[in-house]
Amino acid sequence: MSKFRAIPENYAPKNKRQKINLERKQSMKNKSIWIAGWAAPVMIGMLLWLAGSRNVSANDQPAAGSAAVKIDNFVFGPQTMTVPVGTTVTWTNSDDIPHTAVSTDGVFKSKVMDTDEKFSYTFTKAGTYPYYCTIHPKMTGQIVVK
Amino acid sequence: MPDKKQDVIDQRLQDLNNDGVDRRGFLKCMAWAGTGLVWTLSGGIPLSQAFAKSSGKDAGKGVDFSFVQISDSHIGFSKPANPDVTLTLQTAINKIDAMPAKPDFIIHTGDLTQLSKPSEFDTLDQVLKGASAKQIYFVPGEHDMLSDNGEQFLERYGKGTKGTGYYSFDHKGVHFVGLVNVANLKAGGMGSLGHEQLEWLEDDVRGRSASTPIVLFAHIPLWTIYPDWGWGTDDSEQALSYVKRFGSVTVLNGHIHQIMQKVEGKVSFHTAMSTAFPQPAPGTAPSAGPMKVPADQLSRVLGITDVNYVVSGRSLAVIDSPLAR
Repeated sequence: MSKFRAIPENYAPKNKRQKINLERKQSMKNKSIWIAGWAAPVMIGMLLWLAGSRNVSANDQPAAGSAAVKIDNFVFGPQTMTVPVGTTVTWTNSDDIPHTAVSTDGVFKSKVMDTDEKFSYTFTKAGTYPYYCTIHPKMTGQIVVK
Repeated sequence: MPDKKQDVIDQRLQDLNNDGVDRRGFLKCMAWAGTGLVWTLSGGIPLSQAFAKSSGKDAGKGVDFSFVQISDSHIGFSKPANPDVTLTLQTAINKIDAMPAKPDFIIHTGDLTQLSKPSEFDTLDQVLKGASAKQIYFVPGEHDMLSDNGEQFLERYGKGTKGTGYYSFDHKGVHFVGLVNVANLKAGGMGSLGHEQLEWLEDDVRGRSASTPIVLFAHIPLWTIYPDWGWGTDDSEQALSYVKRFGSVTVLNGHIHQIMQKVEGKVSFHTAMSTAFPQPAPGTAPSAGPMKVPADQLSRVLGITDVNYVVSGRSLAVIDSPLAR
């Protein structure tokens, strides 16, 4: 793998220039080992990441009829979510403070969700459904049903 | 000693300068009020104290009456930020009972409970029943109006109030107004008083002498502290326009679980500490959620607010005390 010629074990530099060359070669060799040392795990990591992100996008745009909105740090995530007609969206509150998810147009209204509590609603008609937390009205989101 | 005091005042003025309030304006306010607020640091906790005459040994001297504000007791909360909020509320009540000058009454500026559960209101009642101050005035926080539009809150604490639970009363020449800015909140907005309540307020203060000291209290701050976190009230400016002709207006709020003060013209704004858990300073955390501090630090960031009224200067001196130093 190394493009460098092997250095004989008994090789001793005869002059200053040779000594410098030797040091350079050794340092290059070390560098290539070092690169191989980190490149492999990084590539494996990237492959894992790619595989993982495929899972994430599968969750974001479900074909199976369910989707999840996570409430975390006073934010609905994702803030805008697009789902096919018939999808059941489930909100889960991950905060230490209670929240609600209430349709601005009165289409759906969750009970108060304390920590780790959930609320689900099935969207049977296409349209855009803006909603907010009635306790913390700065928290807004929307479900786009296509 | 006077030098030390002067240092504190200078430091406070410098801080205020950094906050965008100009020094001359601040001094003018102080001259008008006859007293003012000094922030000192004790155990890392800012304390506001009147620097005219109601600090130190002379505390309470020349004070005509005092009342105490408590806020955000969140009974029912049991997360790591404070696993025992009933105990810290009890500690606050003990502290009030131990005050040398007994307050005439207590004002609770909302978020009595965490989830508006009957059992949570019951626990709160149980603790407050033991307080030596028998008169307690309430306004609801958003946590007290979950699910039932505040019906239960009004049933328990809102007898004789108007609309969503607002009311006013007079005490020894001071006019107190309890406002509700946590009902019918609109998507994307902050706290809201609403048209009906604003009309009532305008009518309530109409015809009163401009020399009547006014105290407004509500849960969410009636000044905009941090819109990103909803720390303000959308229509508070209109409410304040009705009281701007008065010589002394004090606005007491809770909701943000930390002390903040501002003097604007004749209006002093003040937010109180919580008796339950602290919240982060504006913008210093991803969200306004409960802030966990080491257990031995907790009682330093919880506390009560003692408000002293001096008739001669028609001024109110606000003193915040943590549960422990």
